[in-house]
Amino acid sequence: MVVGVLALQGDFEAHSKMLQDLGADVREVRVPADLEGLDGLVMPGGESTTMTLGIKREGLGDPLRDFVRSGKPVLGTCAGMIMLDREHLGVMDTVCRRNAFGRQIRSFEEDLEIPGIDGTVRAVFIRAPWLAEYGDAVEILASVDGHPVAARQDNMLVISFHPEIAGESRVHELFLKNVAAQ
Amino acid sequence: MRDEATFRVKAGLAEMLKGGVIMDVVDAEQAKIAEDSGAVAVMALERVPSDIRRDGGVARMSDPAMIKGIQEAVTIPVMAKARIGHFAEAQVLEALEVDYIDESEVLTPADEANHIDKWGFKVPFVCGATHLGEALRRIGEGAAMIRSKGEAGTGDIVEAVRHLRAIRSEIRRLGTLDDMELATAAKELQSPLDLVRQVAAEQKLPVVLFCAGGIATPADASLVMQLGAEGVFVGSGIFKSEDPATRAAAIVEATTHFRDADRVAKASEGLGSAMQSLESRKLDEQQLLANRGW
Repeated sequence: MVVGVLALQGDFEAHSKMLQDLGADVREVRVPADLEGLDGLVMPGGESTTMTLGIKREGLGDPLRDFVRSGKPVLGTCAGMIMLDREHLGVMDTVCRRNAFGRQIRSFEEDLEIPGIDGTVRAVFIRAPWLAEYGDAVEILASVDGHPVAARQDNMLVISFHPEIAGESRVHELFLKNVAAQ
Repeated sequence: MRDEATFRVKAGLAEMLKGGVIMDVVDAEQAKIAEDSGAVAVMALERVPSDIRRDGGVARMSDPAMIKGIQEAVTIPVMAKARIGHFAEAQVLEALEVDYIDESEVLTPADEANHIDKWGFKVPFVCGATHLGEALRRIGEGAAMIRSKGEAGTGDIVEAVRHLRAIRSEIRRLGTLDDMELATAAKELQSPLDLVRQVAAEQKLPVVLFCAGGIATPADASLVMQLGAEGVFVGSGIFKSEDPATRAAAIVEATTHFRDADRVAKASEGLGSAMQSLESRKLDEQQLLANRGW
């Protein structure tokens, strides 16, 4: 089982380490050829503007769309959630509001309940987005202050917070379970 | 329960900047060019280090109006510099809601004995360091990100390399010591023992480490990334070069693909002339910025 982590920029190392600790083989994805043969993909947090430019520079737009449409599990966190929306790669029926909670000074952490995970998850929100719009195919899994911060559509699971920063591995376990079930 | 401004949240933003380039800018127009070139954040300041060096005089925190203009121009994080020990400047920058404060030796120090107590702020701080002890003292004071100092405004990479190598080799050395020796190492490094133990066990700093000071080319960025930097700050290197937008994008590309010499070669082609440079070794002791802070 080989899982890719988009590594143009952002906290890809924290994701890689967490996935490796859970027993997955991890490959960093920087160019289209890196996507070949992957069983799942994580799109990490980072700066969405920078990541958008990087995807364009590397010609990764179509290969990433093809990967998502192939049905293999994809986990998008924070900037990764933004990349999947209608205004970016256009594979998920969502529109994200960037830096929705405000500047860094408004960044926070709190406990969230996520369906499929027992107990609460410590969720770290850093200049985080939320889903401003979403279509019928999108299932909302969790909200903060009435704004969706975790959702699922087909093979895509998106969260606007950072379990990898909190050492919270259960979201990644859920993702790897989906990868193994393929 | 909601907790704001925890250390995890402060250090977490630096995690999001990893593998990226933070660029010095002096106005909204430059900030936009930086963002469009792929910068992960901008550092707002009135004069870039090479101009501070040339002009002399007291270098202070930037005009809040300029910082606000830059905040309005871009969506990437906006950082700004406060003088070493100048907690009132830092309070002003926090009131402006900048995303990171750089307590910087590039500005004229305000306190010759003390750095800012960074634990008291909601905004995270990045601080410079020339070696591991200095880095751990800053983290002990609450810094959530470290950058090597280099020699700002010179375009000469040699000091950045020296500082990065010093930090990395001291980290490796800690990994070879037993518990009793670690206590002695903490004394020698003048650093908190708990941080020394943590670094020895994890073989890395507890916060993100970027490289700053003297980066002027894509190959410079590749060099310091291969030496263990997790991202780069570029000051005078971009907007003092012949073609800033092209050079900025090239340094971003080389930072992402730092191990791929073919990509770094391609990114280095046809960039025009680099910034005017100064050889660090030929500077007088009084002109050195990196030895400010302790």
